[in-house]
Amino acid sequence: MNKLLTLFLIFMLPFTVLASEGLQLQKADIDLTNNASLERGAKHFVTYCLGCHSAKHIRYLRIAIDFDLKEDKVLKEIAPLGANIYDKMTSAMNAHDAEKWFGIMPPDLSLIARSRGEDWIYSYLKGFYTDKSKPLGVNNTVFPDVGMPNVLWQLQGEQTPVYKNVDGREVIEKLSIKEAGQLSEKEFDTMINDLTNFLVYVGEPVKLERERMGKYVLFFIFMIFILSYLLKKEYWKDLH
Amino acid sequence: MKSNRWTDCGNWVLDRFPLTKLWNDHMAHYYAPKNFNFWYFFGSLALLVLVNQFLTGILLTMNYKPDAKLAFDSVEYIMRDVNWGWLVRYMHSTGASAFFIVIYLHMFRGIMYGSFKQPRELIWIFGMLLFVALMAEAFMGYLLPWGQMSYWGAQVIISLFSAIPVIGDELSLWVRGDYVVSDATLNRFFAFHVISVPLVLVLLVLLHIIALHEVGSNNPDGINIKEFKDPWGHPVDGVPFHPYYTVKDLVGVAVFLFFFATVIFYMPEMGGYFLEHANFIPADPLKTPEHIAPVWYFTPFYAILRAVPDKFAGVIAMGGAIVVLFLLPWLDRSEVRSIRYRGGIYKKALLLFVISFVSLGYLGTQPATPTATTFARIFTAIYFGFFLLMPIYSRWEKFKKVPSRLTPVTSLEDRIPALIETFEEITVKTPVTKEDGTTVVRRKPNFNGMANVVVRLAKKLKESLD
Repeated sequence: MNKLLTLFLIFMLPFTVLASEGLQLQKADIDLTNNASLERGAKHFVTYCLGCHSAKHIRYLRIAIDFDLKEDKVLKEIAPLGANIYDKMTSAMNAHDAEKWFGIMPPDLSLIARSRGEDWIYSYLKGFYTDKSKPLGVNNTVFPDVGMPNVLWQLQGEQTPVYKNVDGREVIEKLSIKEAGQLSEKEFDTMINDLTNFLVYVGEPVKLERERMGKYVLFFIFMIFILSYLLKKEYWKDLH
Repeated sequence: MKSNRWTDCGNWVLDRFPLTKLWNDHMAHYYAPKNFNFWYFFGSLALLVLVNQFLTGILLTMNYKPDAKLAFDSVEYIMRDVNWGWLVRYMHSTGASAFFIVIYLHMFRGIMYGSFKQPRELIWIFGMLLFVALMAEAFMGYLLPWGQMSYWGAQVIISLFSAIPVIGDELSLWVRGDYVVSDATLNRFFAFHVISVPLVLVLLVLLHIIALHEVGSNNPDGINIKEFKDPWGHPVDGVPFHPYYTVKDLVGVAVFLFFFATVIFYMPEMGGYFLEHANFIPADPLKTPEHIAPVWYFTPFYAILRAVPDKFAGVIAMGGAIVVLFLLPWLDRSEVRSIRYRGGIYKKALLLFVISFVSLGYLGTQPATPTATTFARIFTAIYFGFFLLMPIYSRWEKFKKVPSRLTPVTSLEDRIPALIETFEEITVKTPVTKEDGTTVVRRKPNFNGMANVVVRLAKKLKESLD
């Protein structure tokens, strides 16, 4: 028995050793059924992100339908001036200028929630801090040496890092707000959460629909299972 | 029967085509052993998944653009703007993973019950060719979404050809059609993925089934059912495939579809294993992802590749890991087919093999740290040891006596009383008095009982290995 246990432990070793440490991300509170939050997120996205980042796989019409909004309300309150309801969320910035200004075209954000994950986006947007050594004057806790300026600094205020010494290395323990912005910390968290919520929605607009549909499909398959099981029993009952 | 226009039409065909004969040979008069268990569902399920991949694949090609500039966006177009496109795409992507789950279990069944042994060697060879074709199909299909992982996965795997001495570089250039994976590669992979390999798959499936029906199915007891026949010449322990196994496989199909639909509707990414997170970023030839991992079904072989220090030797080892599977019928010298009657040494070897295969699969998804590589090397050694030492240890085996007739199967319903008994053992009833004074009997977990059950299971497992 002991031998077996030892063997088992040896086999389990690689699974424990390789458990990665990783950065602790803050949890975003995602609720795709919260249309008000999604609508606010869409507004924030257009106001603060769309200048540089597109979300070219989503149309304003789809937003109107999925968030249960009137089309002209979407055009008036969410979409930038001059956009058509059938337009996709494209950015006005062109690649030539972008490369001159930032060295790279800012990525399209349609699928950012699916590649990075919701918690990453939430932590990233909250993770900017002042770092004078960087060309844009800011750095980020979850995306070191980031090439994006902190566009939300007026809202959040200026954040500075608090260091702590771990094994002789200076490690950021937390960020603290040096100078308060236009929003309180709680208001800012809500805003970032709305924005993250919207990006999760944009990543897969059909998500709610497929989850709603799933239970009917599973119920139907379960009925088929019962029928086929009874059929099988009927056929096999006289076999010995 | 009264003659009418429809039966006339039917007879006209039947007079000119051996439909009745085909039906009888392969379905109604094909006698299969009657004690097939859980493990025998996966053959028909593989066929189901193949059909699923064909149908959804054809629908996908209607909107997919095999062009490096358009491919990624066309997949997102399918996901958002094409009616039901998301469902078709998820069925196809989940189907790919389901295919490998089903096929790995199907192959394990073959190894466990000795289905590859004489006289079924050719079925095993056709099956292995199917496996190789399936891997080619999956690998080329994975490039088509043109995400970062598609691109860099293909880049890494094609560059393996360049490890071959002398012709390597020219060969990998010829495969890619360019110096890096590019539009040319995407177009030829598309052609292979939607035409060439599917044709090969269909042909091999036919050969696999025809070869099977020539010699007859194996069974969990690994014995020949044709030795005992009834006065009409049918095996006593056999039942006609149709209707008995068609209705039974229908149950398997329903259970499979339940899990399949659960994944499609509730977890299509499967935590990044079925659809990798990095593949939601469009392919960028200038930006290598920090961690390139193939999809889960290739990771055991990828771990073997990385475990070997030399690149060319690694390629040989990875190829060898598949080639040894082809040789299995000749490596195994045991006279007994089924694991039920084989010696403890084979059971232990098989257990070690399964553990090393699963561990290699896990290690293949992880970054190659020194510890991980050490473990990958140990498991690679076990993987090859299982096959290459088989001619030796399979001769030492002490077999149990093989019965001449099939042993009966315990049906699910017969197991229910035992399950209820176990449930009684691990829970304990305790009366709880509610606030309003009524007393209700509540079940609570019984930890002593659980420990007993676990110990009993462990003992049983240990005994079964002897």
